[in-house]
Amino acid sequence: MTQINVRVDGASYVDDVEPRTLLVHYLREQLGKVGTVVGCDTSNCGACTVHLDGESVKSCTVLAVQADGSEVTTIEGIADGATLHPMQKAFHEQHGLQCGYCTPGMIMASIDLLKNNPNPSEHEIREGIEGNLCRCTGYVNIVRAVQQAAGEMSSTTTGAQA
Amino acid sequence: MIPAAFAYARPTTVDEALSAIAAGGEDVKIMAGGQSLIPVMRLRLAAPETVVDLTKVTELRGVREDGDSLVIGSMTTHSDILRDPLIARYGKLIAEATETVADPAVRHRGTFGGALAHADPAGDLPAVALALDAEFVIAGPGGARRSVPAAAFFVDYLTTALEDGELLVEIRVPKLGEGWGVRYEKFNRVAQAWSIVAVAAAVRREGSTIAEARIGLTNMGSTPLRATAVEQALVGADVSLETVTAAAAQAAEGTEPSSDLNAQADYRQHLARVLTGRAVRAAAGL
Ligand SMILES: Cc1cc2nc3c(=O)[nH]c(=O)nc-3n(C[C@H](O)[C@H](O)[C@H](O)COP(=O)(O)OP(=O)(O)OC[C@H]3O[C@@H](n4cnc5c(N)ncnc54)[C@H](O)[C@@H]3O)c2cc1C
Ligand code: FES
Ligand code: FES
Repeated sequence: MTQINVRVDGASYVDDVEPRTLLVHYLREQLGKVGTVVGCDTSNCGACTVHLDGESVKSCTVLAVQADGSEVTTIEGIADGATLHPMQKAFHEQHGLQCGYCTPGMIMASIDLLKNNPNPSEHEIREGIEGNLCRCTGYVNIVRAVQQAAGEMSSTTTGAQA
Repeated sequence: MIPAAFAYARPTTVDEALSAIAAGGEDVKIMAGGQSLIPVMRLRLAAPETVVDLTKVTELRGVREDGDSLVIGSMTTHSDILRDPLIARYGKLIAEATETVADPAVRHRGTFGGALAHADPAGDLPAVALALDAEFVIAGPGGARRSVPAAAFFVDYLTTALEDGELLVEIRVPKLGEGWGVRYEKFNRVAQAWSIVAVAAAVRREGSTIAEARIGLTNMGSTPLRATAVEQALVGADVSLETVTAAAAQAAEGTEPSSDLNAQADYRQHLARVLTGRAVRAAAGL
């Protein structure tokens, strides 16, 4: 067992983990953060995407011990109380999901995309979420959701700066 | 699935890493970004006794210049490369190939050195390193360093000149500045997929003549390859569609690509010719 110190969705944890524990299993099984899901065995699907120190990662392809000293944000940590994050709201309003399995990862990848590129073109959105597979929607409404969130998030930032 | 149990070391310096590797027993694996290693450990295709994780060895991360060379630390991530001002200026071929690697989340963790040490013939960076005549700086037990040229680094499928107990420290590539044009042409069919075939081209023009040409081939054999016949046909030639097309027709010479679910060998050879033509035309500004 190795001791790790992590902040997850704003709370601090000190835990003993086996070095082979994947970050996604630590989040789900030790912390009960089951909002982050596992969709594949090949690091392709992106359903498990979380932010590690502010950058998107596939949490099935990171060891929990590697998150020691870091800040993790999951889909469970992005809403502000009962108010959805603009990206969550946009997926809801644009019907950016059907079964919803890919959605936690899609949303985390999309937030990461807008952090680096607040006004992406449709092509840039498709490239930015290329690590996330959706077997239901055909992506069209997902792209619309990201466009809506981009519009709302950039207008709130401009508003805040003004 | 979950990897088999292993002992875990998390050194913070190259010296500590070398000691941890030496002390790790029979089957030690170095972990860089883990983006190739964790998937194979999860599938239990690898079950090392000890994993030496380089994530906290900060001295291995970053890009610096040294005279006419760029020196890239092995732990520099793919996303670091894409943000780096020296790479943007002198390493555009590396940046173009890196952009095509996997997806943003994998690029946040995967590293330049890890991708080269992994030596997957379908990997995008080995052919670029070979085309650039990169030098691989390797540290061995006790800290001794040696340097291996790219032509000798890639030995076979997933096999490099790295010996047990050794660690890839940094990669030196020549700066390609003024006068050079570059292009990485990658052919694949779906998002975040590996190359079926890809071609890395760097061309230096002097007026209307090609003065230098460097061309690397991805996935045209068990290691990355240089398209030597094309390079020789281009050097000294006029920059014209005819000369480039005639040169590119030789791109598959001496290659032995595999046949698999994605493509038959003869189709890969066809792709190599087509993609070389496209890459060289773009690099030469045609
Ligand atoms: C979904 C997915 C898609 C991908 N698509 C592509 C693609 O299109 N093109 C592409 O090129 N790559 C692709 N990759 C692989 C990616 O580029 C990886 O980043 C890379 O292959 C390995 O880098 P890493 O830093 O993660 O190395 P690791 O996985 O940590 O290590 C890989 C190997 O190299 C050895 N190693 C690592 N660092 C050192 C060192 N410093 N010294 C000695 N040995 C070392 C390790 O022991 C291991 O054997 C993909 C990966 C995934 C998960
Ligand atoms: S579970 Fe599919 S990429 Fe992590
Ligand atoms: S909504 Fe079902 S996989 Fe995306």
